[in-house]
Amino acid sequence: MGEFKVHRVRFFNYVPSGIRCVAYNNQSNRLAVSRTDGTVEIYNLSANYFQEKVGCEDGSVKLFQITPDKIQFERNFDRQKSRILSLSWHPAGTHIAAGSIDYISVFDVKSGSAIHKMLVDRQYMGVSKRKCIIWGVAFLSDGTVISVDSAGKVQFWDSATGTLVKNHLIANADVQSIAISDQEDSFVVGTAEGTVFHFQLVSVTSSSSEKQWVRTKPFQHHTHDVRAVAHSPIALISGGTDTHLVIRPLMEKVEVKNYDAALRKITFPHRRLVSCAKKKQLLLFQFAHHLELWRLGSTVATGKNGDTLPLSKNADHLLHLKTKGPENIICSCISPCGSWIAYSTASRFFLYRLNYEHDNINLQRVSKMPAFLRSALQILFSEDSTKLFVASNQGSVHVIRLLEGSFKHLHTFQPQSGTVESMCLLAVSPDGNWLAASGTSAGVHVYNVKQLKLHCTVPAYNFPVTALAIAPNTNNLVIAHSDQQVFEYSIPDKQYTQWSRTIQKQGFHHLWLQRDTPITHISFHPKRPMHILLHDAYMFCIIDKSLPLPNDKTLLYNPLPPTNESDIIRRRTAHAFKISKKYKPLLFMDLLDERTLVAVERPLDDIIAQLPPPIKKKKFGT
Amino acid sequence: MAALEERFTLTAVPLGSGPDGPLGVEQSDKTDQFLVTDSGRTVILYKVSDQKPLGSWSVKQGQIITCPAVCNFQTGEYIVVHDNKVLRIWNNEDVNLDKVFKATLSTEVYRIHSIQGTEPLVLFKEGAVRGLEALLAEPQQKIETVISDEEVIKWTKFFMVFRHPVLIFITEKHGNYFAYVQKFNSRILSKYTLLLGQEEKSVTQSFSASVDRKFISLMSLSSDGCVYETLIPIHPSDPEKNQRVVRSLLLKSVVSGSARSGVALTILDHDHVAVLGPPLSASKECLSIWNTKFQTLQTSKELPQGTSGQLWYHGENLFMLHGKFLTVIPYKCEVSSLAGALGKLKHSQDPDIHAMTHFVNWETSQGYGLGSQNSEQSKRILRRRKIEVSVQPEVPPSTQLLAAVQKDSEKHIEVELRKFLAVKRTPDFHTIIGDVVIGLLGRYKAEPSFYPRNCLIQLIQTCVLSYSLCPGLMEFALEKTDVQILQLCLQQFPDIPESVTCACLKIFLSIGDDSLQETDINMESVSDYTATIQDAEIEEQTEILQNGFSPEEENCENCAQELIEKPPAATEESTSCPVTGKRAALLNAILHSAYSETFLLPHLKDIPAQHITIFLQYLYFLYLKCSENATMTLPGIHPPTLNQIMDWICLLLDANFTVVVMIPEAKRLLLSLYKFVKSQISICSELNKIEVSFRELQKLNQEKTNRELYSIEVLELF
Repeated sequence: MGEFKVHRVRFFNYVPSGIRCVAYNNQSNRLAVSRTDGTVEIYNLSANYFQEKVGCEDGSVKLFQITPDKIQFERNFDRQKSRILSLSWHPAGTHIAAGSIDYISVFDVKSGSAIHKMLVDRQYMGVSKRKCIIWGVAFLSDGTVISVDSAGKVQFWDSATGTLVKNHLIANADVQSIAISDQEDSFVVGTAEGTVFHFQLVSVTSSSSEKQWVRTKPFQHHTHDVRAVAHSPIALISGGTDTHLVIRPLMEKVEVKNYDAALRKITFPHRRLVSCAKKKQLLLFQFAHHLELWRLGSTVATGKNGDTLPLSKNADHLLHLKTKGPENIICSCISPCGSWIAYSTASRFFLYRLNYEHDNINLQRVSKMPAFLRSALQILFSEDSTKLFVASNQGSVHVIRLLEGSFKHLHTFQPQSGTVESMCLLAVSPDGNWLAASGTSAGVHVYNVKQLKLHCTVPAYNFPVTALAIAPNTNNLVIAHSDQQVFEYSIPDKQYTQWSRTIQKQGFHHLWLQRDTPITHISFHPKRPMHILLHDAYMFCIIDKSLPLPNDKTLLYNPLPPTNESDIIRRRTAHAFKISKKYKPLLFMDLLDERTLVAVERPLDDIIAQLPPPIKKKKFGT
Repeated sequence: MAALEERFTLTAVPLGSGPDGPLGVEQSDKTDQFLVTDSGRTVILYKVSDQKPLGSWSVKQGQIITCPAVCNFQTGEYIVVHDNKVLRIWNNEDVNLDKVFKATLSTEVYRIHSIQGTEPLVLFKEGAVRGLEALLAEPQQKIETVISDEEVIKWTKFFMVFRHPVLIFITEKHGNYFAYVQKFNSRILSKYTLLLGQEEKSVTQSFSASVDRKFISLMSLSSDGCVYETLIPIHPSDPEKNQRVVRSLLLKSVVSGSARSGVALTILDHDHVAVLGPPLSASKECLSIWNTKFQTLQTSKELPQGTSGQLWYHGENLFMLHGKFLTVIPYKCEVSSLAGALGKLKHSQDPDIHAMTHFVNWETSQGYGLGSQNSEQSKRILRRRKIEVSVQPEVPPSTQLLAAVQKDSEKHIEVELRKFLAVKRTPDFHTIIGDVVIGLLGRYKAEPSFYPRNCLIQLIQTCVLSYSLCPGLMEFALEKTDVQILQLCLQQFPDIPESVTCACLKIFLSIGDDSLQETDINMESVSDYTATIQDAEIEEQTEILQNGFSPEEENCENCAQELIEKPPAATEESTSCPVTGKRAALLNAILHSAYSETFLLPHLKDIPAQHITIFLQYLYFLYLKCSENATMTLPGIHPPTLNQIMDWICLLLDANFTVVVMIPEAKRLLLSLYKFVKSQISICSELNKIEVSFRELQKLNQEKTNRELYSIEVLELF
């Protein structure tokens, strides 16, 4: 399969933002996650938990107050002395419970008056704390109000009488979030200690119909505050300051014991944050509010497998490009030649021209961007850096010709009539003739760039596309989906290739299908047309199409190094999937040239080191 | 709630019966198997769960079955009467009814009754009753006439009341109804005239009866569509006199008043009856379940093809003829209550120790559970060539055990108990165990010589008991100062009231060492740390501080110095246990028990000061032992935890502080305890400080091991 020099990059100082809020929608089985930097991510839980969309609003958190026409907060609701921190509607819409500091108010929606003010005990482990903040309330249809507060309590109130029914002290720290299931028979709370507790309504005895809320299961999947929880019919979902989104299926609700029943921990975005200028050996890193440009180092030494080579030149941090305004960067790209950088925020598109003069870089913004280039979901340069493709959020793809320091709008591929789906993945063929664009659910559209028209559409598949690439020479389009299927489609022939049909017939190895992170990047070897390189967060794989496909009995991945010469040959010819898990978590991997790879890793420890310290738990004298 | 389940048809082929329907459906000796007697010539044995017949027997052409076949539960044989006078007895292996045992009787038979636990009874059409044994001994014996001319038996039922069989039959003469109650223990026949009350015109169409301890509750479905209840005393005040009983309206208009035929009534349980018939005059026939307590219709099922107006209820199954097919509707009913219906069924625990709990109702258990025990074995030798194994009547072991508790010797109870524990546990296992314990205690109260200690221990060790299941048990053990039972109870029961826990503690502290020596106490929680008692040492200490309250000792620093000056005593105190091993095991059981501080504190104040001191000494000793290792645990299988020890120290000091500071030896103990706790706190705070520095070191270490931010490596893929 070959020997590579791997540039192992760990200086991408990416820290995901903490999760502030999660919301689950039962009808679409989708999960919305908002982060502290203002981004909103939509996960499709049916499509192998794939992150479908990332939207960046203006970067600030706004509080909307939606009131029905009849009710105006100021006039009709009794004014509260302190802030309202949490709110819950009665399912029938007749009452509202509002959590405040030290008390919970229950409002009658019709009259707008507070019918009860339920005072919460400030006592915390026998010591009076300063304030007791009601972080969350949930209103059940039977009138029960469940509150979670900063004193570590989960309390059940009877909203009809305004009395405390039951009290669970569950943590030494704040309980920050609560989410109740649609059936109202189970709910989940998250604490500042990173623990998630599951409460269930269970029968007191096996025969009686009397039920009571019982704390059933504690889960500790987080190290920091669990700021948000959600309850889907089959899983508990939690997220918080430690940036992980954890989806914990409830085993008793799982009907089929498939891989969906496993715990999911989503840490890294399902999209690329790194782009690479191969010829100049440059890496562009995308952060929320700035871009970083690095030049890779070099070595003259050679070595054998596993060696770390002495560097003759270290990596250089060339550029730190800050965005203007508060908006987050949605996407960014550097051209293969390294002389163009483009990025987009929610409302503006920026294009820069770079000039390299030895060690100096001259950055020049291309001004007067056309009005239609307002915001882009994906930006791509052609292989020869003469064309720029921009996928707008209205579903159209703009083609722009780049000249020295200026540009010209060539064409806009309009979305298919009737579809409003925006394109979020682009791929261009190395010869510059073909452009593939894909949204989240509809098929992949292939455009002829020379004739500026739609060439064909790859049939839609149930699962969203996670990565796209067009192979050199053959112009085969390789598509990876969130259910871990990989298709190869011949653009000139407008049909799936023989190899793709063969692997669909035989099926992928079960371990391949069980991976829980999507393939985020596909590339090709310039000299070996039979090879496809792809990677997800935890492995990197070269598929050699000339070798037999693995079946479920063959060993897909052998972590042990081969012992002797015959073993090497045997393994080389064993099956098509050559997998390496040496680099992880892997955010980006690409082939710089025939014998050189670049791998961008982001060790979890480095992220944790940058998070605020978790609540310190005393080890001694507890 | 009562519920009718999906019905199913028992026979694929229609019964050969005429419009009158089958003669009867009777239980056989095996559960789930029923004898169906056709009004023609056939008896079929069905297995209901399989919906298939297991056997079928017919009488010869020309003969006709006149009385439904029953099973003799004592022998497992089947009995049928054909042509009014000919009795046939056979069993499963017989093929031809013509060749089985036959007895021709002198008088016409109305019904044969057979229920679990007693021999079958034959009721003759003239009202006379005979046991089967007696009848078969002399089949041609003369049968007397009991009822008057033109009086016809309409309905009959056979019960067991307190192990004694009772037969009731209803007769009719010129529109008047009479009830006869025949008791077999006293051979008394009582006659009652059933008065109809105001509704003169109505004709009673169906009867059903249930029995409790004093009354037979006779329910009747009248032609006006209402259900009436008549209570007939089992023990009449004057059996000779003809008495009158009045019926009272129970349910109004359950079936259409105009329905001429096809109405039937069956009592299902205390509160539920099943009624077969059209609810409205125009509507089709329905099977309805009514709750008599709340007068509500619980559920109903339409039977569009019509019925024969007969309804049988056996073991959760309702049998009826629907169209031409015998149909079975399984019936389920959970105990209902108003609270349950409203969704609030709270078990409020009575704080009074002597009050009975909701779980146990010994009276009802007697009434309903003990009815069918100790049947006398049938004396009749089987009239068959093949030797049959006599079938033991199926008396559940729990019933046998409960009966044994009341009268048998201790040895015998033990045997029964072992038998009971050996069988598979039923869902009501824990209530039965509770019943047994209460039974044993009740008997002990009646005859104080009876002390079933081994049984009680065995029962406690089933791990299903709780304090509320057998409220008297711990009081009994306290009275007997039986520390072994108390220890077991403390280990097993999750719900001991604090007052009882404290009473146990008092006994554990006050009981003499000699009496402890003889008892068999579980020493699991105590490992070798409780070596020897150090009475002498305590004596010695009191001498040292005999004045108790010397002014210098008010200063703590001085005390500390004093302590340091007397190292031998201090070290001795910390290394040897102040109580014996057995007492330590008992005290550990107290430490493990659950309690609520508010309820425990007042009781702790009642413990004498010297006992408090001993207990404190023991707790202090445990605390020192705990602190000897890093994990802060004690050795042994189930030792008290540090938290339990600390909680109890605090509790004792809270409750008795003023007393403790006044006693010299206790005061000394307090001082050393104070010093020790203080040192522990400072150690912990130091450790917490060190932990932070260690974490920094660890971080530094990690960074060192972490590779560079950038490197170029060689990778070879195979």
